[in-house]
Amino acid sequence: MQSLERWPRVFLLVAALLWWGLYLALTPLSEAFVAQLPIPQNTHLSSALQFFFYDTPKVLMLLAAVVFVMGIVNSYFTPEQTRLLLAGRHEGIANVMAAGLGVLTPFCSCSAVPLFIGFVQAGVPLGVTFSFLISAPMVNEVALTLLFGMFGWKIASFYLGMGLLVAIVSGWIIGRLKMEAYLEDWVRDMPKVDPQIETSGTTLSERIAAGFQSVREIVGKIWHYIFAGIAIGASIHGYVPESLMAPIMGKEAWWSVPLAVIVGVPMYSNAAGVIPIVQALLSKGAALGTVLAFMMSVTALSLPEMVILRKVLKPRLIATFIGIVASGILFVGYAFNWIL
Amino acid sequence: MKDIKVLGTGCANCKNTVALIQQVAQARNIEITLQKVEEIKDIMGYGVMRTPGIVINGKVVHAGGVPSREKIEQWLDS
Repeated sequence: MQSLERWPRVFLLVAALLWWGLYLALTPLSEAFVAQLPIPQNTHLSSALQFFFYDTPKVLMLLAAVVFVMGIVNSYFTPEQTRLLLAGRHEGIANVMAAGLGVLTPFCSCSAVPLFIGFVQAGVPLGVTFSFLISAPMVNEVALTLLFGMFGWKIASFYLGMGLLVAIVSGWIIGRLKMEAYLEDWVRDMPKVDPQIETSGTTLSERIAAGFQSVREIVGKIWHYIFAGIAIGASIHGYVPESLMAPIMGKEAWWSVPLAVIVGVPMYSNAAGVIPIVQALLSKGAALGTVLAFMMSVTALSLPEMVILRKVLKPRLIATFIGIVASGILFVGYAFNWIL
Repeated sequence: MKDIKVLGTGCANCKNTVALIQQVAQARNIEITLQKVEEIKDIMGYGVMRTPGIVINGKVVHAGGVPSREKIEQWLDS
């Protein structure tokens, strides 16, 4: 670790090369490993195991790399800096910025309310604050990496684009509705703060350490969901008929999208926790739009978060927030099912 | 004696932070008063935007995420 402090750039380069080499070696390594197992080759079982022993390290490695890089990026985009960027801006372009920054800014759902007040206090328009609040838990690096690792770049980029769209448009509409009066009185009475920040001289090696710290924290917290997701994927790999869920959650069932949204609300989970369910539903023939609507609903609209938000927002604003975001998600679900 | 407050609305990270501070204080035999601030109004009074936040003798020393054991040791020793 001393070399890290002295030569941070060299350290990053070596780490990246090692990672790349290992990543390329995953296919031959997993094939060799499964070939060593005392099971008959070229069967359902061996192909399921092959899938599991290739996919699990692949997704974990992708996740570790992305979380590490984002840990470094995040050290540049603290909520304080985001607030400074957004304060006093006009709506429209600021909604787009807020949704984009929501992807980059570190955010844990338990910080939603302090963040919300902190933004409003510093003069960030209400609708812009909502764009940030909707995008941050829904569209983040973990969700995108898992979708990319398990389902490919198309699904991941659809999710990114649609998630941002829902956040931007919902925030913009809430801003148009001029609902500042429906903030709780004590929030409006809070003294305005100047969105200043202390620029602390963070060194590159400290940022790298922050990257490792977030890998430990995030990957340590969600690896078992990934295991479960891939195990489900592997166990139905070639076993279960793919049309099992099709009558209930296929494209033909129009009511499956609203149902997916409603079922998603009381569930409280981060994007990683939903992945096993998403994996299971998709591989059994559920329509992609329906499944993504479910994932968005679980992450963006959660009952516990509403309970905390209720301390800051009056019922009418909460209801508006839920109504608009839910409509956005419904739209995304139907649009997907229709396009694909 | 240090007066420590942990700011947070009751999420898992906040509980872990409280437990970790207690552990460190006990291991080093340092006397502290530890208090959880869970009311959102009071939390905002300290001007933090991320929880858990840690306030030692009235000064915010940390906001966002469970702090490392080494950091807590530094705060308690200083």
